[in-house]
Amino acid sequence: MGWLARLSQGMAKTRERVRSSLSRLVSRGPDPAVLEELEETLIAADLGIHTVTRLIDRLKAERGRLASGPDEHQVLALLKGTLLETLSGCEGRPLEALIQQGPKPYVVLAVGVNGVGKTTTVAKLAQRLKEAGHRPVLVAADTFRAAAIEQLAVWGVRTGVEVVRHQQGSDPSAVVFDGLAAAKARHADVLLIDTAGRLHTKANLMDELKKMKRVLAREFPGAPHEVLLVLDGTAGQNALSQARQFHEAVGVTGLVVTKLDGTARGGIVVAIADELKIPVRLIGVGEGVEDLQDFHAEDFVDALVEAR
Amino acid sequence: MFQNLSQKLDKVLKKLRGQGVLTEANIAEALKEVRLALLEADVHFKIVKDFTERIREKAIGQEVLRSLTPGHQVVKVVWEELRELMGRDHAGVRLASEPPTVIMMVGLQGAGKTTTCGKLARLFKQQGKRVLLVAADPRRPAAGDQLASLGAALDVPVYRVDRADASAADVVRICTEGAERGREQGYDVVVLDTGGRLHIDDGLMEELAEVKRAVQPQEVLLVADAMTGQDAVSMAEQFDRRVGLTGLILTKVEGDARGGAVLSIRAVTGKPIKFLGVGEKLDALEVFHPDRMASRILGMGDVLSLIEKAQEAYSQEQAESIQKTLTAKTLTLEDFRAQIAQVNRMGSMEELLGMLPGGQRLKDLAGGGVPEKEIKRVVAMIDSMTPRERRDHTVINGNRKKRIARGSGTTVQDVNRLIKQYLAARKMMKALTAGGGRRQLAQALRSF
Repeated sequence: MGWLARLSQGMAKTRERVRSSLSRLVSRGPDPAVLEELEETLIAADLGIHTVTRLIDRLKAERGRLASGPDEHQVLALLKGTLLETLSGCEGRPLEALIQQGPKPYVVLAVGVNGVGKTTTVAKLAQRLKEAGHRPVLVAADTFRAAAIEQLAVWGVRTGVEVVRHQQGSDPSAVVFDGLAAAKARHADVLLIDTAGRLHTKANLMDELKKMKRVLAREFPGAPHEVLLVLDGTAGQNALSQARQFHEAVGVTGLVVTKLDGTARGGIVVAIADELKIPVRLIGVGEGVEDLQDFHAEDFVDALVEAR
Repeated sequence: MFQNLSQKLDKVLKKLRGQGVLTEANIAEALKEVRLALLEADVHFKIVKDFTERIREKAIGQEVLRSLTPGHQVVKVVWEELRELMGRDHAGVRLASEPPTVIMMVGLQGAGKTTTCGKLARLFKQQGKRVLLVAADPRRPAAGDQLASLGAALDVPVYRVDRADASAADVVRICTEGAERGREQGYDVVVLDTGGRLHIDDGLMEELAEVKRAVQPQEVLLVADAMTGQDAVSMAEQFDRRVGLTGLILTKVEGDARGGAVLSIRAVTGKPIKFLGVGEKLDALEVFHPDRMASRILGMGDVLSLIEKAQEAYSQEQAESIQKTLTAKTLTLEDFRAQIAQVNRMGSMEELLGMLPGGQRLKDLAGGGVPEKEIKRVVAMIDSMTPRERRDHTVINGNRKKRIARGSGTTVQDVNRLIKQYLAARKMMKALTAGGGRRQLAQALRSF
């Protein structure tokens, strides 16, 4: 099954409900009860109450302008258009193109809260880049969690990518420093740094991250070239708060949304686009390496509302 | 967790409390805002609907409208419903009549199962039980290593067999072997750390069901991330349907997650929440109390949890002294210092403030959290005072202030500020203990 189909399958329930609310909206006119149902459906997709309210208001306003007896397609197109417009800030250039044209080594710092899949994402990205002919180096800068270093090391062996590592408990900035030196020495073109998961509310841990960023910038002006915030696709409105605070601390330049297979609602992507306008670089739709995909706003909206 | 929800609800309910007469209209208005607050907190929309409906029914009942303090009655109704939503009574871990008690941990990837296993092991070990950890996640790279290193830190043995290509049968075998070993070697508790999986992954869910059939655990605990969105409900439903849960553990609660998942999962599965994971360290596991959590959400504070936390960290005596200072009518600078020092040892100020009645507002006043540096300075200043000054702040005149500032490396302005804060704290304590209620407390808070 292709990734899009899988994404689409995961969102099937949401989509069905959107469709049924829409068709009732058409047959019964702008009935408040139907609008409320649509609102609930969108909320159930984790779009967040603010984005949903905006969408609904927009729909209400536009609906009046539509010719009498609008068909379902028109309303659907309206909803899609509004979603796409919201997501337009989210579609950036694909990471690989950036790496291709960027300085060498292109330094990517992966950050995020605990358990979103940073290590797995970084490892998959390494493999993908290697297969595309790049020379990546991995840095195990999660020196806190038990066996995080081993986890990345196992991936290193699997993918044949070198992993720069220190012992558990050492200063992550020191590992980052060594990683950068190793990447330069080996003429690697990409440096992928896996950091420890941290809750965005912990000031001291965010400071640790800032320090890593400072060390990178000092040793290699311009680095890190990409600060990737990894978000869990099943997360709710808290993901917004995560994005906000990581952005404030280290200036997030791109997002990775993981775990979008399954029944993840993924609507949080829309909410984040609505507020922060940070491009989504990659989405994770499964366990396999090939399941780490570039993000396309249009496909995403289709998966959210349109049956394929 | 819950801060945001707590703030919002507090605002809505404050409006209601201020009204002498309640009409259906202003209750409806308030409920609309309650609905928004809950939706924003990721509470499942169906539960929000039921919840607000029940409150509406109760609130417009004759009892409430006719009572002298209708606003307070509504708050009480909301509190009761919240408590109901979260499971009313506290539920502990069910122990086997004949050891070992087998606990099976299940959940999505990245929920925090392995870390929580370590926390549970620590808890049981502290209770004098012998614990065996079983690494039942042979697939994720280094998952066994992670559990093993937690085991080593806790001095708890770990049973593991690593195989990246493990089949379902292998996983079942590892679990039965682990439980068997627990029985043979006289362990009290065996914790099975199963691999994370998606609830719609049919094969992997079946694997869990098989493990359960083979091992017959006393507890099957779903570990769920407090930051989960609307999907939390279908996730929990699936795990319950396929595997059969006995309880829940919520993790990553210490962030600013609004905790809607907690409310939803519990309401849908009807299974009790047993623990909360409140940090990355192994001692960061809290027993869950629905009534106290309901109070915390409504900004009514959770003094009981605070005291229990104190008891855990200190001797009974010390805990009592905290309780005493918390309730004493006069608080000396000495108590103030002791309190700050103790509180500081108990955990982060932020977390503790959240447990105090009105602590949320206090936190906001302090600009989102009391910086640890500031606490150090305050302690230094009080340390630089003479015993007499500490017992009676009125003797501190200009000269003494200068001396204190010199002694603690601060300025006279800092000393002035400290005294002001101390007086405000004292006022707050008085308001709290006099039972003067919220208005007095609010006044005290405003002067803080």
